[in-house]
Amino acid sequence: MSYYEVYKKYKNLPLEKILNDVSSQAAKSAIDTQVQDENQLLALLSPAAENNLEEMAQSACRLTQMHFGKTIQLYTPMYLSNYCDNQCAYCGFNAKNNVARMRLSLEGVKKEAAFISSTGLEHILILTGESRKESPPAYIKECVRILKKYFSSISIEIYPLMEKEYAGIIEEGVDGLTIYQEVYDEAIYEKVHKAGPKKDYLFRLNAPERAAKGGIRNINVGVLLGLNDWRREVFFMGLHAKYLQDKFPDVEIGASMPRLRPHPGDFKIPCNVSDRNIAQIIIALRIFLPRLGLSLSTRESSQLRENLLPLGITRMSAGSSTKVGGHTIEFPEMSNPPQFEISDTRSVVEIKEMLARKGYQPVLKDWLRI
Amino acid sequence: MADLLSIGGKAISNRLFIGTGKFSSYQLMKDALESAQAEVVTVALRRVDIGSKADNILDYIPKKSIIMPNTSGARNADEAVRIARLAKASGAGNWIKIEVIQDNKYLLPDNLETLKATEILAKEDFVVLPYMSPDLSIARRLVDAGAAAVMPLGSPIGSSRGLKTKELIEIIVNEIKIPVIVDAGLGRPSEACECMEIGCAAVLVNTAIAISSDPVNMARAFKEAVDAGRRAYLAGLTPVDKYANPSSPLTGFLRDGFAHL
Repeated sequence: MSYYEVYKKYKNLPLEKILNDVSSQAAKSAIDTQVQDENQLLALLSPAAENNLEEMAQSACRLTQMHFGKTIQLYTPMYLSNYCDNQCAYCGFNAKNNVARMRLSLEGVKKEAAFISSTGLEHILILTGESRKESPPAYIKECVRILKKYFSSISIEIYPLMEKEYAGIIEEGVDGLTIYQEVYDEAIYEKVHKAGPKKDYLFRLNAPERAAKGGIRNINVGVLLGLNDWRREVFFMGLHAKYLQDKFPDVEIGASMPRLRPHPGDFKIPCNVSDRNIAQIIIALRIFLPRLGLSLSTRESSQLRENLLPLGITRMSAGSSTKVGGHTIEFPEMSNPPQFEISDTRSVVEIKEMLARKGYQPVLKDWLRI
Repeated sequence: MADLLSIGGKAISNRLFIGTGKFSSYQLMKDALESAQAEVVTVALRRVDIGSKADNILDYIPKKSIIMPNTSGARNADEAVRIARLAKASGAGNWIKIEVIQDNKYLLPDNLETLKATEILAKEDFVVLPYMSPDLSIARRLVDAGAAAVMPLGSPIGSSRGLKTKELIEIIVNEIKIPVIVDAGLGRPSEACECMEIGCAAVLVNTAIAISSDPVNMARAFKEAVDAGRRAYLAGLTPVDKYANPSSPLTGFLRDGFAHL
């Protein structure tokens, strides 16, 4: 059994029609129903629910406080490498893009770690482009050996691994996995991932389950908003998160829903997702899964991030750079491109001040490697 | 004579223990702890930044409080034991609240793993306070294993559902000789009061204070409720009766007599 079995159950249903047919009564009663199932999620994501956004938001805010308190977990991404074997139409690291490729040396990792650590952050997300050859598991492990001297929690966002490889990296000190399916619709997935190992939809889809079996403690799934109709995509992501919560009750599950941003390349974003839609997504996911971690990307503007906070956000990145060695390393410029453009460029200090102003405690450390 | 609770060789007068998660700032947490005059405060070791790159939560806990680190994040006895040892090594004292949880949905403790961890840590001279599902036979085994108190849940952590396990907790209170501290699920001061009225030695509250819109006053309200409940327990509650009882059945005629004067 894998999540794919669940996905198959729903993928051929006329979801658009089902969503459009949700009555305003059904949308309203989904807010405080005791039954947490696919019908509730559809009702919360439906066009009819747009009329209840304020009421839904109140409920989402209350649920978030019950489960997470008035706190926001802070972390930052650290890019190790931008070598990539894939050709994702929407990504700055696309193998076809004519950009300089680089990988941090272990010295460089130390330098970046020392800088990020000096900002007070304790949770870090390490990222690579998806090249098993240029950033193999052995390299990731070497980096983790260094990083665990600086950080309490290390998550990875790299190419999908085998269960044994996950176990090895976890043994080394990794506790979290972020892996976005990007788009759950198989046909669109096939189309936007033009070449490379990432074309294997199932291997990616099942990665969280392999990591959970390998002993991971946190899993973050995600969709890239803009590749397909958002309601459909968030529906499948929500069910994926629930499936993982039910199957692995000792693993914390989180979700992200970054909107596509401009990047080096000529990809046109196919589907529009408005700020209002983003708000509905966060609210719907919170009500559907009250203990789901929800993070908010720096792709969004500082103003929008602040407004969305109380609707259900539990984690935020701060002081972000999406470049390899972006904090301390001067690569012979011209060509160290970011994976995507950041909109909220505020430092850790600025984000902490903003959170305090809004009545949230910035949580820098919430993990212990034992 | 002072009514003191004795745990691990310490005499405690404030029977409201407070947890430190979910507050909107450390300062507000500190104000709430001070307002309730907290003497025992629990902190998740995973939240403590011993190297203290930035703010250290321990700096916001009143100096005279007993810090009771907890093993939040542990999924089995082995992990709980390792966290407890780290807590001790970091200078957080020898009190430990054992939390072993494998189910993030209900956050219900694993009593068997909790018992195993208690056996190990009590032998290492920890003052062990295990968080548990209220079950008499496990409570007895925890006593035998050397627990300093038992901490049965009132309802799931953070749920504010109140004292749903009252019947089971009353049984434990009646049958075992070490302090019974209700931990988790209390949403209102009246529920904390009820715990004390039935003879619990103390209660531990976190969410209901931390996410209140006025944690400082809510902490105080819980403290007063705990004091009231304890005082009522010591005074001896009157038995519950099915029918009305006149308040002066033997001398009522005198009052009636005065009425005719």
